Amino acid sequence: MRQKLDTLFDALLPVIATLAALAVGAVMLLFLKVNPIVAYAALWDGAFGNSNAFAETLVKATPLLLVGLGICISFRGDVINIGGEGQMIIGAVLATWVGLNFTGLPGWLTITLSMFAGFVGGAIWGGIPGVLKAYFRVNEILSTVMMNAIAVQLMNFLLRGPMIDPAQAELASQIPQTARLEEIFRLPRLAPTRLHLGALIAVILAVLVYILLWRTTLGYRIRAVGQNPHASRYAGIKVQRYMVLALLLSGAFAGLAGATQVFGVNYRMITDGSSSGFTGSAGFNGIVAALFGGLHPLLTIPASILFGALLVGANKMQRVVQVPSALITALNGLVVVFVVSSEIIRKRRQRKREAVAKRENDTPPPPAGVGDTKIQQAEAGS
Amino acid sequence: MISDLFTTTVLIGILASGIRLSTPYLFAAIGETFGQKSGVLNLGVEGQMLLGAFASFYVALTTGNLWLGLLTAMFVGALMGLAMAYVTVNLHAEQGISGIGFYLFGLGMSDLLFQKLMGTVETVKGFPEIYIPGLSDIPGIGKIFFSQNILVYLAYLLVPLAWFVLNKTTLGLKIRSVGENPDAADSLGVNVARIRYFTIILGGTLSGVAGASMSIALLNVFQQNMTSGLGFIAVALVYFGAWSPIGVLGGALLFSFINSLQLWMQVLSIPIPSDIAVMMPYVVTILVLVATVSKVRAPSALSKPFERGD
Repeated sequence: MRQKLDTLFDALLPVIATLAALAVGAVMLLFLKVNPIVAYAALWDGAFGNSNAFAETLVKATPLLLVGLGICISFRGDVINIGGEGQMIIGAVLATWVGLNFTGLPGWLTITLSMFAGFVGGAIWGGIPGVLKAYFRVNEILSTVMMNAIAVQLMNFLLRGPMIDPAQAELASQIPQTARLEEIFRLPRLAPTRLHLGALIAVILAVLVYILLWRTTLGYRIRAVGQNPHASRYAGIKVQRYMVLALLLSGAFAGLAGATQVFGVNYRMITDGSSSGFTGSAGFNGIVAALFGGLHPLLTIPASILFGALLVGANKMQRVVQVPSALITALNGLVVVFVVSSEIIRKRRQRKREAVAKRENDTPPPPAGVGDTKIQQAEAGS
Repeated sequence: MISDLFTTTVLIGILASGIRLSTPYLFAAIGETFGQKSGVLNLGVEGQMLLGAFASFYVALTTGNLWLGLLTAMFVGALMGLAMAYVTVNLHAEQGISGIGFYLFGLGMSDLLFQKLMGTVETVKGFPEIYIPGLSDIPGIGKIFFSQNILVYLAYLLVPLAWFVLNKTTLGLKIRSVGENPDAADSLGVNVARIRYFTIILGGTLSGVAGASMSIALLNVFQQNMTSGLGFIAVALVYFGAWSPIGVLGGALLFSFINSLQLWMQVLSIPIPSDIAVMMPYVVTILVLVATVSKVRAPSALSKPFERGD
């Protein structure tokens, strides 16, 4: 019983931390002369108020979950992937290219190929920093940040030039966007809402990533390298190879996230020149969701829904109480800080429990002579 | 035309704006160097810069006092540093992750304040270029080095100062020892927590100045997310510079000169797509890193919380 309560408390800790962050948010709202109860009610209503709202929350949660799954893999392998934004972009670019050019094939086949292209695009964009880290000792935080910047410019270049919508190319406006995907090449909707197949794919992949990490040799090795690269090397694991794989897979999931955004939500790529203009910062928020889920693929599902809800609800809040949705970005940040800070409570409690358990298990010292058998045997053996 | 690039006027222009563009990188990256030398990775630089940029701009706009704006930016940055220090030193929070949290907080908060307090993009008259009699008149060199605003000079004074403090003073020795072997430092009586508080708050203050150097000296506007990744690049430059202020200077200069080169190429309408040109500094930085394969390793205790053994 006691043990169950302890586990429950540990599991609820991130929730408590989130509530604490929302409380700080309430104080900020008071400073803005807004009633926090009204504001949060609008937020809740915007995120869960009706089936459309909830569907929208799930739509926003999908890229967070996909990016987050990749983060679970890379962070477990002790590789810090900050390149989700760029990996999403490149995945989306490659997928869109397939979707716009392989139009002679049946719809389902083109969609499958496009999703695969997204996966590959992200894998390439994640794999490059992986190789740079493993074989050239280039820090991955540095290279993934640089790769983000490069991806944005590549996207801007392609959408302004080679991939521009032929209709736009003839107009003076020259809006940097691709042509729209034909209807048969879009991800099917799941309900009479904007919810699309990508959400389901993401959930299935969450289960697969769980299996990958804890039920396969590949996953075991990625985690082993993450926990102790030196020991792993002695155990015969090719550490560098698994570093590359961790970043490559991580990027692949982000790439898929980018592809689902195009094929499930916007049906075309369009750029405002920035990376968040396309990704909605999912490349960063996915990291937040994964961390909130304790880097566990299955727990990342509810975590993504929570942050998806905050993002969607923020728009409603903006309309109802005129608080810029930027407040939610700030609150997201606070949630992250509070959640990682609350870890110490869990660790302290665990240590205390271990100390108690140790005291209870401490039996009186063994009678003299018992311990000597080993020595005698050892001596006899020598 | 390509040959237009090689006229003296243009070359001087490229070098002069390269020096100017390097200021925010220098302030932020030198601050981050102190943090990392003491074993703390601060990924929240971008958020601190954005808040610093907004605070200094808003104060400068409303009071007309640039120095007051700069001070406010320092204060706001220091406050963010203090919060970061508490979370990482006292609560042992994962540094990379809490840094991302602070980044998001600064990103959202600066945008929120901008929309609530200003609403529209405005401009201020930023720090003017300083004319130094004699020095500014030297052909070429005068234009490149001695016709800059005060923050540029301060950034370049900061580099040798930071080098001196880190390598030649007791404080620097303590910072380095805390970053390499906090247990040993602790047993020798160095207060690990206090040193880390100092470096993180210093880093935050300098990040605030870096933000101010953009909003009230370089660009003289504030826009949401105006740093657009610059803070992350500053963190990257610390690795690039192998945790030495001189190395950081080299990285910042390389990055800024290429940036300035591509800006001038656009000005001279050299037929290269601007998007590809903007990409150049990032590509070159990665290539240089690969080519030089850093032989210097990171401070051993980097991003590891220190817990005193009982």
